[in-house]
Amino acid sequence: MDMLVTLIQAAVAFGTVIMFGCVGEILTEKSGSLNLGVPGIMYIGGIASLAGTFLYERSTENPSTFVCLVLALVCGIVGSMLAGLLFGFLTITLRANQNVCGLALTIFGTGIGNFFGGSLNKLAGGVGQISVPTTSAAFRARIPFLADLGVFGDIFFQYGWMVFAVIVIAILLHFFLNRTNTGLNLRAVGENPATADAAGINVTKYQYLSVCIGAAITGLGGVYYVMDYIKGTWANDGSIEKLGWLALALVIFTTWKPLNSIWGAYVFGVLYWAYYYIPGLTRSSQELFKMLPYVVTIVVLVFISVRNKKENLGPAHLGRSYFREER
Amino acid sequence: METKTAIRLSHVTKTFGPVVANNDVSLEIRHGEILSLLGENGSGKTTLMNMLSGIYYPDSGTIYVNDEEVTISSPKDAFDCGIGMIHQHFKLVDVFSAAENVILGIDEKCSSKEAEERITDICRKYGFDIDPKQKVYEMSVSQKQTLEIIKVLYRGANILILDEPTAVLTPQETDKLFDIIKNMRDDGKSVIIITHKLHEVLRISDRVSILRRGEYVGTVETKDATALSLTEMMVGKKVELNIDRPEPVDPKLRLEIRNLTVKNSEGFNVLDNVNFDIYSGEILGIAGISGCGQKELLESIAGLQMTAPGSSVMYTAPDADEPVQLLGKNPRQIKNMGISLSFVPEDRLGMGLVGSMGMTDNMMLKSYNEGRSFFTEKKAPKELAERIMQELEVITPGVNTPVRRLSGGNVQKVLVGREIAAGPKVLMTAYAVRGLDINTSYTIYRLLNEQKKAGVAVVYVGEDLDVLMELCDKILVLCGGKLNGIVDAKTSTKEEVGLLMTHLRTEQEEK
Amino acid sequence: MANKVKHHREPLVRIVKRDSMPVAKAILIRAIAIALSLVVCAVVIYAITKMNPLKVYATMFEGAFGSKRRIWMLVRDTMMMLCIGVALAPAFKMRFWNIGAEGQVLMGGIATAACMIYLGDVLPTPVLFAVMVITSCVCGAVWGMIPAIFKSRFNTNETLFTLMMNYVAIQITAYCVSIWENPYGSNTVGIINPQTKAGWFPALFGEQYMINVFIVAALTIAMFFYLRSSKHGYEISVVGESENTARYAGINVSKVFVRTMIISGAVAGLAGFIAVSGVSHTISTDTAGGRGFTAIIVAWLAKFNTFTMVLISVLIIFLEKGAIEIASKFQLSEYASKIITGIILFFILGSEFFINYKLIIGKKGAK
Repeated sequence: MDMLVTLIQAAVAFGTVIMFGCVGEILTEKSGSLNLGVPGIMYIGGIASLAGTFLYERSTENPSTFVCLVLALVCGIVGSMLAGLLFGFLTITLRANQNVCGLALTIFGTGIGNFFGGSLNKLAGGVGQISVPTTSAAFRARIPFLADLGVFGDIFFQYGWMVFAVIVIAILLHFFLNRTNTGLNLRAVGENPATADAAGINVTKYQYLSVCIGAAITGLGGVYYVMDYIKGTWANDGSIEKLGWLALALVIFTTWKPLNSIWGAYVFGVLYWAYYYIPGLTRSSQELFKMLPYVVTIVVLVFISVRNKKENLGPAHLGRSYFREER
Repeated sequence: METKTAIRLSHVTKTFGPVVANNDVSLEIRHGEILSLLGENGSGKTTLMNMLSGIYYPDSGTIYVNDEEVTISSPKDAFDCGIGMIHQHFKLVDVFSAAENVILGIDEKCSSKEAEERITDICRKYGFDIDPKQKVYEMSVSQKQTLEIIKVLYRGANILILDEPTAVLTPQETDKLFDIIKNMRDDGKSVIIITHKLHEVLRISDRVSILRRGEYVGTVETKDATALSLTEMMVGKKVELNIDRPEPVDPKLRLEIRNLTVKNSEGFNVLDNVNFDIYSGEILGIAGISGCGQKELLESIAGLQMTAPGSSVMYTAPDADEPVQLLGKNPRQIKNMGISLSFVPEDRLGMGLVGSMGMTDNMMLKSYNEGRSFFTEKKAPKELAERIMQELEVITPGVNTPVRRLSGGNVQKVLVGREIAAGPKVLMTAYAVRGLDINTSYTIYRLLNEQKKAGVAVVYVGEDLDVLMELCDKILVLCGGKLNGIVDAKTSTKEEVGLLMTHLRTEQEEK
Repeated sequence: MANKVKHHREPLVRIVKRDSMPVAKAILIRAIAIALSLVVCAVVIYAITKMNPLKVYATMFEGAFGSKRRIWMLVRDTMMMLCIGVALAPAFKMRFWNIGAEGQVLMGGIATAACMIYLGDVLPTPVLFAVMVITSCVCGAVWGMIPAIFKSRFNTNETLFTLMMNYVAIQITAYCVSIWENPYGSNTVGIINPQTKAGWFPALFGEQYMINVFIVAALTIAMFFYLRSSKHGYEISVVGESENTARYAGINVSKVFVRTMIISGAVAGLAGFIAVSGVSHTISTDTAGGRGFTAIIVAWLAKFNTFTMVLISVLIIFLEKGAIEIASKFQLSEYASKIITGIILFFILGSEFFINYKLIIGKKGAK
């Protein structure tokens, strides 16, 4: 029983990181932009928020929890939105290839994240590991009463607040895409920009907004990872990159539906950590177990293409630039 | 209200580069009437209407809506004026439901439930049969068209323009559409139908306006018109082109087409049980309104089209007695059977040539695979390219310049030159002179005649009736995917062919 | 009815697609982009290190070319990047988005390492090398072929498929690392055959990495002519341009898809062979080290011309080496090189716009 609880806790924490990435990327892809820069954006979001709070915590004796929280979020969101804006400028205005720009953004973001993660303390004149205890504590605070409800509390409430925030964001995105006119217009842009254009929708505006806001949500995944998952430090082990690609895989797994990402992310988490809890596995076969999320994604990808059902195939104009005069 | 016109176009001119699409056209549409806009392909009907729907902007001239001068520079402006156009190619999002497509891009707040109710109201009022929740990709063509009409009505349009609405419909669906159009007229709306099907014009419209080569010819009350009088106005007086027509040389049966049927992805017969023969030493013209199955016919013979079971295309070689079946083989297999079949497709840069390659590389497109070497042989193609460049006076900086950069006429010379150089037994051309200047067009006619004299079976799909009448020996007329008659080009008249193109003969007429 | 009289407005700036541009001008635009990016990089480095920007580049130059050893390191890494770029060229020319080079390289690397471990002491050297080459090519080819088969059958999205295949390959590598672990508990394979050096590239002309240069140079030249002059290359060009034209010419599009991806994967597998046998003599999940992704951009920027790839590979590896030198001088993270690489890629990618499109300001420019 204890093992099951720890597995679920590990899966939920893990799933939260990729759910942020996935939900952000769904929003981006709904406008027809395939942004392969998810890992890069997560890095940038994570390091921006870490750097901001680090400099603040270092500069005052008694850092205020509230300022820490706001600073972490604002820095993370602004940083990742700038990354999204860069991607948008290159692909939407300059019509550069989306795949290539996304990969370049991943290289760039990986560099930014790990460079500052490794050098920030030194640049600021300090020594040793970077750490932001106050901010991290604010992100890791449990809900006082609910978290103490025994096993029930352990399974459902032994988490920082962002675990619940991402669920809310996913639900909001679902309602936005499926229940509002703006969401409808956005989906039309990703499906058939020429039709959207003819219906009087400002295609460029929708593309920019969805890429930037999508990037902001994706970047929050980096914030959660840094502040909660690894407790307000930095790890130069490339795990954000791995998580970023998993988030992209999750987008396919959910067939571009935000609600599916809520359980899909936890399934990925369980698949990823299951090796740890299955008795009798050697370390080598554990490694094979870790490939499960990717294999499952490939199976889903093949399955939806074989079934060829239009709702599951993702936005029809995904990955292509739109140029009005090229009808 | 009686005297007020819904739309008045006054001296409207629109040019695209050197091409004059509409020249000084003046036209009016009254309230509560159905007006047919009649004309051949390329007579400027769609361009004219696109200026009303905000796709194009006129070079000169004025548009009045309800006797008030307006400027229409975007589809949104057109909606503000109460004008809605249903394009030939539907502008719908496939994965959306009907209701979602209707409210797309409309700013006003409105829940999907309200929208669905309003749609149901419109449906009830005009007799549409549409489920607002149904997805577009599950709809038939006629349902999609209905949806486009609803979209326009939902935005409060009082003037509807339908661009060839019946081209893709079955007779039953057409009947239904016409009932709806009549309902809308009775509701006080004005409807413009762009079409070239005479019997439909006569059946549905109150008045008919005719365009010819971008110019306004006139307007007649439908009750005073007959199919023949309209055809005369549409095709105009015969123009003498002085194209050579050498006598057929020793015609021999080359291709037998039997029961040829092609279905499109919706299961609609784009070619319906077509039977005819193609002879060597002759030019067989194929006439028809565009999209009546010409493309599918040529592609079936060339091995590029899936045909329905029962179809057959038998080829008899000049020196063989036994005919062979061509269907079910791809172009490479046909070539490997020793059959030299050349095809100049309509889409020159998207099918016949590779735009990013130069003339030399394009010469190898069908022959690169010859020989056993792992590498391509470039000497012969280069010589051929240079020969064609010289003989056909292709204007290009060099044989390695990407053909995409050449002008339309030069692109066509490259394509036709290559297909003729292959020494074909059958030469099929689709719209070989479309968009070409006079000189290049005559060059193409000369080349086709040379092939004919050399004993090649030539098929010429064309749109200009004058050319067809003077160049071809026989003319086969397609109408809505059906073979509507084969006439002798020397003895037949332009009106006769025009009528066959626009008026599907019934069983009784055939007898 | 709202009948407002509206005035027709011409947009201030219009974007028009260009037909073509003189080669010299296109090169000039790219050169300007690279120059601008170097300025931006200098500013970034200055902001972090407060180092004189001119000195920055002097230091970078020093880091890349400062000694014979450093030049050889530059050559070694350039060859790796180039080899993967060459592998991607045919796929991209066919407009097949092979994002899976990383995985294909790893599969080739695993095959090579397996041969070295299990057959290193068994087979005579020439046979061993033959087996290593063949198995690494086959493993890479299989990894490339699987997405191609699904693409040609079901039109499965190849970008996402190849991307996922990378991580399957990475986990397979991690699995192999844990079974070949040496010494026990280190979680690395360690140098394979350190004593016998079985399966190691021998030094040629006294240079350890000379063979790498020869193999990659041969591949670069061969791929150039394969794409330009062979029948296969011709088919690839036609399929990449228009599947309709390919059908018209009687080309079997599915077959070309699968065949080309086998070749692309096989060459990537060979890159894995070089990485293991010729460079690191070990295998880890970092054997490809993200070069599979960077090489995609190299191949794209070179417009599939393998000789242009040489230049771009040198440029990128030079920046990488130079940035690492700066970082180590200031005891900063080596990841600085990725920032620099990213900046320069953004500039070159953005500059493509000015080659493909032109801006028309006002109405006058209209034709």
